[in-house]
Amino acid sequence: MESLDQLKIGQTAIVREFSDEVLSTKLIEMGCLPGETISISKTAPLGCPIAINISGYELCLRKNEAASVLIELLP
Amino acid sequence: MPSNENNHLKIALLGNPNSGKSSVFNALTGLSQKTGNYAGVTVDRQEGKTSFSKNNSKITLSIIDLPGIYSLFPKSNDELIACKTLLDENENIDVIVIVADASNLKRNLLLATQLIDLKFKTILALNMMDEAENQNIHIDIKELEKITDVSVIPLDSRRKKGFDTLKEAVLKAKTSNSVFYNLNADYLLNHKSYKDFILHSLLNHNKSNYAKAENDDKLYRYNSINYIIAKCVKSPNQLTSKQLSSKIDKFATHKIFGYLTLLTILFLVFQFIFYVSEIPMTWIETGFINLGNYLHHQLPEGQLNDLIVNGLIAGISGVIMFIPQIAFLFMFISFLEDSGYMARAGFIMDKIMRPFGLNGKSVIPLISGTACAVPAIMATRTISNTKERLITVFILPLISCSARLPVYTLLISVMYPDNTFLGIFNTKGLVLFLLYFIGFFATMITAFFLKKILKTTEASSYIMELPVYRWPQARNIFLTVFTKVNVFIKEAGLIILSISVLLWFLSTHGSSNKFKELEASQVVLAKNTGTDSITSELNKIETQKLEYSYIGQFGHLIEPVIKPLGYDWKIGIALITSFAAREVFVGTMATIYQSNKSDEDIGIKNKLLSEKNENDTLKYTPAVCWSLLLFYAFALQCMSTIAIVKRETKSWSWVIVQLIFMFALAYISAFSAYKLLS
Repeated sequence: MESLDQLKIGQTAIVREFSDEVLSTKLIEMGCLPGETISISKTAPLGCPIAINISGYELCLRKNEAASVLIELLP
Repeated sequence: MPSNENNHLKIALLGNPNSGKSSVFNALTGLSQKTGNYAGVTVDRQEGKTSFSKNNSKITLSIIDLPGIYSLFPKSNDELIACKTLLDENENIDVIVIVADASNLKRNLLLATQLIDLKFKTILALNMMDEAENQNIHIDIKELEKITDVSVIPLDSRRKKGFDTLKEAVLKAKTSNSVFYNLNADYLLNHKSYKDFILHSLLNHNKSNYAKAENDDKLYRYNSINYIIAKCVKSPNQLTSKQLSSKIDKFATHKIFGYLTLLTILFLVFQFIFYVSEIPMTWIETGFINLGNYLHHQLPEGQLNDLIVNGLIAGISGVIMFIPQIAFLFMFISFLEDSGYMARAGFIMDKIMRPFGLNGKSVIPLISGTACAVPAIMATRTISNTKERLITVFILPLISCSARLPVYTLLISVMYPDNTFLGIFNTKGLVLFLLYFIGFFATMITAFFLKKILKTTEASSYIMELPVYRWPQARNIFLTVFTKVNVFIKEAGLIILSISVLLWFLSTHGSSNKFKELEASQVVLAKNTGTDSITSELNKIETQKLEYSYIGQFGHLIEPVIKPLGYDWKIGIALITSFAAREVFVGTMATIYQSNKSDEDIGIKNKLLSEKNENDTLKYTPAVCWSLLLFYAFALQCMSTIAIVKRETKSWSWVIVQLIFMFALAYISAFSAYKLLS
């Protein structure tokens, strides 16, 4: 399964699960939870952090944090 | 405070960050707000009151505004405090008002359903209804009330709509019968209620065995929330505000324009803080000088006159002087915060700051620090990671602030009286730039080492909401400025004032016989004032009095310590007096060298230029000047900073470590500069 840090701008995916439980508690309460549609809205000039569209708003997180979000690419 | 029947109710405001909770609080309480420290905790809470009459009896609502939280499982210190305060039995909270952003209901409902399950009397306030309407989001209020079993009140805090209905609703608030937690969950087995479970998880909030229970609770809730959203909310696929925000962000987070935008904003803030606030600062200064002169002539001569004019008034004016800078700075900061830009500044700077143990959110305090460390330290509160916040607080006073400018200016002009370098460059400007650079360099190096030394269990994280851009409300900005200035006057002001009075006493009193002799001859001479010779004689006595006063004796006492830096007892006095505030240095030097009041800068500069050592060599060589410059660049000589660090870290040990570190750094660099250059 791919992780969120590999997602490219313009691609859409579904959140499936998390590889880090402690980080997942924060992500879930921010609305980033399994089953949600996710896409990258922009990356910071130096490539990190990245901003994602999730649950109807924009959330930013660092690349290493994004690596703990496992996703399934949508066609 | 126990609530008195229904006439006095205590309300807690809770909600997500960026849900406009503070706007609701401001609209309800206006100027009746006070910021107070809640015993033993690290973050302030705001309190305020609102009164209205109903059926001929006056009803008062005391309102506490708690830090914004995303759920009842806190992730940072201020979130922990919000949760603990809410559940503290001694708080006697009667009603909780949940503030939810109507334009982003889904995530806001997570906290809302948790709060409903605590079984307080609850109201759900849907804020930003105007924004939701603009985006064609329709919320079925009746249906939402039916599902949640609490009153749902739509609010538009921008136009102050819905607040009367909210106050009425608070009086009739009831406990919801709806349940949103999983009644069959294993983790609830040993707990009497959901509230009981939350209380236990708060006590053990760092333990990872709660992580699973926490996620189960949230995921279960999101199932119900998806049902609620499907039943009550109709929204279009494309949201207009988001389109606008992403257009602005194309620019504001662009590889090149992003940093240019940030630089331009910082440049403008700088201009305001340095040049525009100088105008009201001059008014304040002249106002106080005039007041001092007026009182000096109106009051009878003597100790009391001197205490009021040179102790109290000088002290108060030193406090009030800072207000324009603080007000402007907070005006900009709250504008940038409320508009949503601050989140972007952090977004583009985070990666650059990380190697230094800092965070994207450290950027704004670091920039503000070039004006004044006091408001900058207050602005570090937005940094949720304790270690990163402490590092930022620790290094901030190393940034060259505006109070160092007069000291730098005087010493540089003594060093380089003719003002060109290689024919083109302005030497003064170059050296000044170099000093700011040295300060910034020391700041980053210190941060880097602190990062290695400090231990933390908190992971550094940058999971943050990027809120949509909003035009800030003038009322919110005004109230922020008002409360911050108020806090500054009350807390830092008292300390500055007491130090000024103490310094006055020490420099006008002495116990030695010589001091008493001088005092006596002063009295004799003062009887025949008028001629120039007597005036200059009086000035001479004034200087000698300083030498034999307590503070002068102290200057002699510390002379051995500061001798290796190239300083004598006179500079020693200036070092002591400027312990309270660096800019006092220039004034003290002027008093010591008895310069002419009317052209202080030229006078004191020339005095220093012609000052000789005992062996008839020049006293103020580049070695001494650089030694002093570096000392002032690094030493923590600012009572306001000390006071504010104590206030913000709630710890004296932090203040003491910072003091020792900065003085050691100042001493070592001054010593090296003196030795290298002489």
